[in-house]
Parts: sequence; C-alpha cells; structure tokens
Amino acid sequence: MELYQKTAHELSGLLAKKEISARELTENVLAQIQKKDSELGAFITVTGERALETAQKVDELRAKGEKLGALAGIPLAVKDNICTEGIPTTCASKMLADFIPPYSATVMEKLSLLPLVGKANLDEFAMGSSTQSSAFHPTRNPHDPKRVPGGSSGGPAAAVASGEAIMALGTDTGGSIRQPAAFCGVVGLKPTYGRVSRFGAVAFASSLDQVGPIARDVEDAALLLEAIAGPDALDGTVSSKAVPDFRASLKSGVRGMKIGLPKEYLALELAPAVQEKLAQAREHLEAQGAQCVEVSLPRSQYAAAVYHLIASAEASSNLARFDGVRYGHRAENCPDTLTMYLQSRSEGFGPEVKLRIMLGTYALSADAYADFYQKAQKVRRLIADDFAHSFSQCDCLLLPTTSGLPPLLGQELEPRESYTADLCTVSANLAGLPALSLPSGMSEEGLPVGLQLVGNHFQEETLLKVAWTLEQCFGQVEVK
Amino acid sequence: MEYEIVIGLEVHVELKTKSKIFCSCSTAFGSEPNSQVCPFCLGMPGALPVLNQKVVEFATRASLALGCTIHTSSIFHRKNYFYPDLPAAYQISQFDQPLATEGKIALTDGNIIGVTRVHMEAEAGKSTHQGDNILAAEFSLEDFNRSGIGLIEIVSEPDIRSPQEAKEYLERLKAILEYTEVSDCKMEEGSLRCDANISLRPMGSSKLGTKAELKNLNSFRAVERALEYEVERQTQLLDRGERVVQETRNWDEAKGITSSMRSKEEAHDYRYFPEPDLLPLELERSWIEEIRSTLPELPHARAARFQQEYGLPQYDAELLVGSKALANFYEETVSLFPEPKEVANWVMVEVLRLLRSSEQEIQQSKLTAKGLAGLLKLVQDGTISGSVGKTVLEKMFKTGQEPGEIVEKQGLSQISDQGKLEEIIAQVVAANPKSVTDFKAGKGKAMGFLVGQVMKQTRGMANPQLTNKLLGEFLKKQ
Amino acid sequence: MVITPEKTKQLAQLARLALFGDEAAEFAEQLSGILTYTQQIQSLNTEGTEPMIYPRATKTIMRDDVVVPSLSQEQALANAPQMQDGMFRVPRIIEEE
Repeated sequence: MELYQKTAHELSGLLAKKEISARELTENVLAQIQKKDSELGAFITVTGERALETAQKVDELRAKGEKLGALAGIPLAVKDNICTEGIPTTCASKMLADFIPPYSATVMEKLSLLPLVGKANLDEFAMGSSTQSSAFHPTRNPHDPKRVPGGSSGGPAAAVASGEAIMALGTDTGGSIRQPAAFCGVVGLKPTYGRVSRFGAVAFASSLDQVGPIARDVEDAALLLEAIAGPDALDGTVSSKAVPDFRASLKSGVRGMKIGLPKEYLALELAPAVQEKLAQAREHLEAQGAQCVEVSLPRSQYAAAVYHLIASAEASSNLARFDGVRYGHRAENCPDTLTMYLQSRSEGFGPEVKLRIMLGTYALSADAYADFYQKAQKVRRLIADDFAHSFSQCDCLLLPTTSGLPPLLGQELEPRESYTADLCTVSANLAGLPALSLPSGMSEEGLPVGLQLVGNHFQEETLLKVAWTLEQCFGQVEVK
Repeated sequence: MEYEIVIGLEVHVELKTKSKIFCSCSTAFGSEPNSQVCPFCLGMPGALPVLNQKVVEFATRASLALGCTIHTSSIFHRKNYFYPDLPAAYQISQFDQPLATEGKIALTDGNIIGVTRVHMEAEAGKSTHQGDNILAAEFSLEDFNRSGIGLIEIVSEPDIRSPQEAKEYLERLKAILEYTEVSDCKMEEGSLRCDANISLRPMGSSKLGTKAELKNLNSFRAVERALEYEVERQTQLLDRGERVVQETRNWDEAKGITSSMRSKEEAHDYRYFPEPDLLPLELERSWIEEIRSTLPELPHARAARFQQEYGLPQYDAELLVGSKALANFYEETVSLFPEPKEVANWVMVEVLRLLRSSEQEIQQSKLTAKGLAGLLKLVQDGTISGSVGKTVLEKMFKTGQEPGEIVEKQGLSQISDQGKLEEIIAQVVAANPKSVTDFKAGKGKAMGFLVGQVMKQTRGMANPQLTNKLLGEFLKKQ
Repeated sequence: MVITPEKTKQLAQLARLALFGDEAAEFAEQLSGILTYTQQIQSLNTEGTEPMIYPRATKTIMRDDVVVPSLSQEQALANAPQMQDGMFRVPRIIEEE
C-alpha cells in the first residue's frame, strides 16, 4: 500500500515512530497530484513548495524531540474559499482570481503544521452541488471521471478520495461537505453551527455555513474536527463549549442506543442503491444492539424552499462587498463608480452566482420580505422544532445523504430532482445540527453511496460513534 | 397664512472607545490613511464582527442621560447599499429593535423635545474627493481608518418648532453627551454630525407636511441658518400654492442656500434584515442600573443646583453648565474663593471672552481655577484694581503664570498708599488748572477727567475709590 | 409566481449587476421557477412562530475595549485595483439614477 492510500491516524503513528518522514509522505502525495490532477482537476492552486517547507519544519521539530499534535506532517487540501495568507484564495471565481489575502482563516492557523498541498476546487462561491460552476475548470469524480464529484466541496472530496491529499477541509452551507463526500466515497462532517470558527471562510450564508473535515475514515474525521474546533475571538458565533476528545468514545459501540429513521426522508424517491444501503445500515445497527425507531419530521418537505430563500438572501448581502473598490476584479476604464460596480460584478461573477444574488435581493426587498424571507425564517423554526422533538425519541437520525448517484458531467438535473436531493442535507444547516456522511460501499455500477447521520447540537461524538460502528460493516472505500 | 414649523433632527455621534465597535482596530484620529484597519473593517472576505462591550456601555450611558428606556433585548440589522466608503456594502446598524427609546431634552423656553430612539451602528470610511467637490470630482480616495468606529444615532421627535430651538437642542444634546464623556462631540472633527428634517403645516393642523432632509450641516450655526433658509423657501412655495417636494437638499455654506440633491421619493430599498453574524444582545437590568448609578450630575440638574447653592440666576447657571469643563472650573474656583456671584461674573464675561477669541476650550487653556481664585483675592484685598485684574487675567491666560508673579514683575500693584496718591493728585491738579476751575463751577465731568488723569499717570494703578475720595477732599481745599 | 424581465432588471440594478442580451429574460424565467417552488411555504400556518435568525438560541459574546494592531498600510492596499497616497482610488462617485 502506498503512503497516499493510508489513513491519517495510521500515518500519524508511522511519523511518530519516525518510520517515515513528513517530507517523504508529502512528496508521495505531491507525486500523486502530479500524476492525477491534470485529469481530475481537484486543485486550483498546488502549493508543493510550501508544503515541503512545512514538512521539513515538522521533521526538524520531531528530530529535536518536540511533542507534536497527532496531525503534524499530514498533507492537507483546503477548499479555495478558506483564506490562506500569501496564497491566492479565489473561491473559484474570476472575481477573486488574483486575490491574495493578508490573513489566514482561524482553522488554518490551527493546522499550521499540516503541509498544505493545494487549494481545492469548488462551485463558484460555494454555490452548487457539482463543482461544475467553478470559473476555472470542473473536477471529475475519481471513481468515474465522466461523473461529477459533487459540490460545492468537490475538489477537497476528490483529492482525499484519490490520494491527492490525506485529509481536507471543506465548507457546508446546504450539504456541500456531505454530498461530495458521499459521491466520492469519503467521510464528510458538518459540525454543529458554532463548533468551528468561520473567520476566514468566505461567507456564503452566515447562519448556515460551517467549516468541516473531509477524510478517509471516521477516526480521521474525528481527529481533524478536534484540531479545528473551539472558541475564537474573531468569531462571535462560536460556542465557548470545551472541545472534547472526539476519539474517546469512538469505538464504544451502539448498544442501547436509539437510531431514528425519519419517515418523510425514507419515503423520498431514492435510487435503489441508496435504499439498499439504508436497509443494510439499519440491519447492522440492530445487530450491534441499537434500536431503530421510526420518527417523523413533518415539515421536511419545505426544507429546500426555506433553504433557497434564506441562503440566497444572506448570500446577496455577503457578496455585495465584491465591488472592485478594495480588492478583487475591477473592470477597466470605468468613468464612474456606478459603471465600475455594474461592470466589475458582471464580469466577475458567473451565472449561478448572479441568479442567487438576484433571488436573495428579491427575497429581502420591501415587497417580498414578509412573504418570502421572514416567512422562510418562521418555517425554519418549525423545521428545527421537528428535529428537537425527534431527539426526544432517539439519539441520532439515519437518513440518505442524497437521493441518487453522482450524475454525469454536463448533465442538468431536473429542478424537481435537484430539490429532492437538496432536501436531504439542507435541514441540518437550517437547524444548526451536526451531520456526517459515511461511505457505505458501492452501487452495482461501482459508484460510491453515502449515508447520513444527523445529531443534536454538539453531539458530534454520538455521530462519530455510530458512524464508526457502521464503518465496521461497510468498510472504507479504497484509494486507487 | 401662518405656518407651524416642524423640525426633527438626526444626530450621529462617534463614541470615544479605544477600539472600533466590531473589531479591535484603534479609533485614534489623524493617523496615516489605511493604517488602522483589519480584514473586518476593510470588508475583506471571511471577516466577522465581534461586539465591543465598551460601545454598548457608552451607548447605554448616553441613552440613560437622555432619559431613555433601555431595552434589555436588542439586535443588529444590516442596512444594504453600495457606496465606496462602505467596505462590506452594508452597514451594521439597529433597525426595529434598537437599544433605547423614549427619551427627552428640555429647552429653556419650556418646550420638551422627545428623543424617539438611540441606536448603535458602525461608521463608514472617509472619502476625499478630488478638488473637494463631489459633484465635479474625477476621482475619489478612500481611507478606512474611520470605518467601523462605534456610533450612536440619536433621533428626535419632530417636536422642534424653530431654527433657534434646533440650535439649542443641539447645544443641550452636546452638553449632555460631554458630561457622560462618551464622545468628544466635535463637529469640526466629525465626531458629531447632524441631518435635519423640516416641514411646514398650517397653524393648528395636526397633519404633517412634506419634509425636506438637509445635509452637509457642519456647525450648529449652519443648522440654524439652513433651517431659517428652508422656512423661507417652503413658506414661499406654499404661499404660491405649490407643493414642497420630499427630497434631500444640500446646504451650501458659502452661498447660504439649500439645493436639491436627490429625490427622497425614490427611497433606497435598504433590504434590512437581522445581522446573522451577531447574536442577540441581552443586557442585565442590574448592569444597566449600575451604569445609571455612575452617571455624573447632568447639566439640567447641575444648573438647578447652581441656582440653589450659589444663588445664581437661571441664565447664568445655564451658561456655566453648558460645558462640563467650564462648570468644573467654576466650582473649583468658588471652592477656593467663595464669592459665587463674583466668580460667575468673571467667568461668564472675561474668561469666556478670552476663550472665544483664542478658540480654545477651558481645558485647553493655561488658566487654572487656582489662578483665577488667586487673582480675585488680589482684587478683593485691593492689591490691584478690577480693571488691572482684567489685564492680569489676559496675561495669565497667555502664559499660565501665577497672578501674584505677574503683578510683581510688572509692578501692577494698586497704589493705595494715601501719601503717594496725594502727591500724584497734587501734581495732576497743578497741571490742570482749568479742570479745577470747572469743578468749582459745578461741572461734574471735571472730577471724572481729573480721576482719569490720575489713572493715566499711574498707568491705571491708582486705587479708584481712594483716588476719588482723596481727590474730592483735595479739590474742596482749593 | 412570475418575475418579469423588467423586474429582473430592477433586481439586477439593486444588486449592481449589469444584464446583457437575453439575460434579463433568461434570469426572469429561472427566478420565476424557483420562486414558484418556494411559494409552497405560504400554505404553512406560522401564526405565533418567531422567525429563526440564529440556529442556536444563545446571546452575543462581547469583547473588551482593547486595541489589537492588525494590517499595515501596505498589507491593506496590497490587493487594491487602484491606489493613490495610501488610499483606495475610485472613479467619480455618482448615485444611482
């Protein structure tokens, strides 16, 4: 087995014992990028030199006998909407093609000893579920290059799945970590809203966004989550709750636990492979001593509608700062500011981004505010109440991550299909709940299928524990 | 047709906290452009607001001083619009759940002006227009040092009934805010700004007329003048049967006129929505009450006390409390020289005159309470005359020297030595025989002339009362 | 729910986006489709329900009034499209017509 195929926790052990060096590990991963990325397109910017510098530093510190964190020296890919000082942070948009932030996201500061191999591709400004709306190039699914890797964190997920990184950071606003994780056969975790600092993660929808880990297995996801979680003086929405050792109860099993199966989600039009894996998961959990109970989330069907209104409203405001004044794209030869705004923003943004900005602008406009934006916020509360109620009946929920298998590149999903797919993931963002997607084997066609676990606020440990148990049944998806 | 004037004022006040409202950048004035900025106040991607507790404290303090009700729950909203000095293309402000509501300011004529609300918001950056004229500039330059400084916006009810009342409201508001020490309140530095809304309606009507919003008012006097102009302008329009247009008008200080800027009919849709990056503000009642307990004696109460304690008339008391520093100066002087009416006269007339002509505030001048008290003692015990005292005061003001020192150095001691005076009187009388004749002939002016001559000869040092007495006696003997 | 091309142009202007060619019509159609889909929430009874702005019910954490130096002037201006005398330069400022 190649180094790039191993998990972080395994590599961590080898590094600690000095059986391998961070440098050779990083070189191994960089070679894989060299080999694969011209086809896969997971990266916008490869930062090989910088990664090797960090690896060198880690090796030197270790040689001196310094005590290092578990993830020191583990090659990492980061979605390109997370700011990295001195390195272009483009959000896959022409608007920020040349933007080099003079600051790093808090999560990056916390991971300073992980060699950053590159900034990974995404749907422009994280708006999308296929990575195809990237202004630069699409990313391909490592399991079938004719298919999408999912989105918006398609780049990070594809990188982890193909050995172009050992682990990665993505962002999730309506499923953007979980869905690509499912499509690429890796673990993706959206933390509880307020578990991880958003400082330096370019805002899409402020009350929905979270930064989270994408990793080979559950234990790796737990490690990375622990490394990035915790309070931050630069983000007033982060909880001051102490960060637990997320690995502590990982392997303690599910005996006596109640797993809720929300009937509205199970009644959706799901691909046969998804239904099959759900049934398998249920069986396995029961075999391990958990009790599966049916629960109801009556307002589930409205989640996608609510999500689209709130997310686009917040986005329309968050993206207004891209006006060509202080950084980013400015159109040439504009005689006045009005022209400058109109031209720069039209040239800088792709059509999907423009659509969502206009949708959000409408939802917040004086005529529409009460019926659209405010109404959506009320229904949001009802949806959150449904979840809260369900957690009085179970410890966590098991449901699909998405309704189908990765579509072909260039294939447009019918709106109905795409809303159904959205439904599976957006509700966790609306309610601020932690949610995880776990690879649950392959479909007949050899495409990955993911399953989702959703827990109550700050119950990531519960999710990880159940996920780990399921992982013993489904196994990991191999890195080719 | 007689019209009633209806004026409302919106005042923005910069709070003098050390750091900005939503980030830890310095608020210091006058630094190199764009040297007190961070990703947040520059509107860079991924940056988030974190609320400065001191701003909330200062805003609460100011609101309490204005008699407002403080709301224990309030939230922030985003006000969305595009302008180059607004780095995120939205301002974080408060909309329908502000910090405070329902305060008031009382004016001397008895009219009480309601304060509708006080809310917190963030300052925008500073634009410099090429050629200093936004309408003709080819380009503008943006400095974001000011971006993010904490502001309170104080909105009055439309209870103000004249331009003079408007000016007084502003003076009182400034005094109250100065007393609470939450702001420097300097219009010339931009830490206090005012926009005015004015409409007219037929006397007796309760329905509001169409209002015009006035901007670019850079002093209290400008506010008064601009409103006076508007009263004229709107009166003429209405008298002619024409409509007043709801619009924003720009005050031109040099020309003394207002001119239309843009139609307020096409109101901006600011698309206000609750700021998702700032969780709700929940204040403890006990915290609010603690702030209330630390409020200083406010101008209104202090003036009342001055009237009672020092027996000063209302006008004097209100003049003295107009600035906290001045009131402090007055009281300190009185504590050292307990003649409150005397001190009041000197402060109101001489000290204020000197401050005005040098464009200084009392706390900037070299004059101290101790110094003034010392000077007044010298006048009281006859060492110098009152008029010499004024000269000495001026010198003290310029140099900060002790009065005694100045008197000695310049030999300004009042001449009260009888013998010496008699000698000078004799000389003056001998030199002015005609006046003596006039005096004997009953011409009253002659006496004054001779006293004047004594004063002239003694360079004003002769003790005037004694001079009069001795001269009178001397002349009788002639 | 119909959004006309005219309304689309208004929204674009508010959001400072210029539309060219058929874009107004195309976006109008897409917007109409999405908004029609979202209208289903109108049928839900939300009387007595407060809007949910924040995913978790907590109150704001405030910070102390301490100055923390941040960016240098050079860093602040490093990405500036145009600058002059240490300031960001923009063309003539005009308001929306």
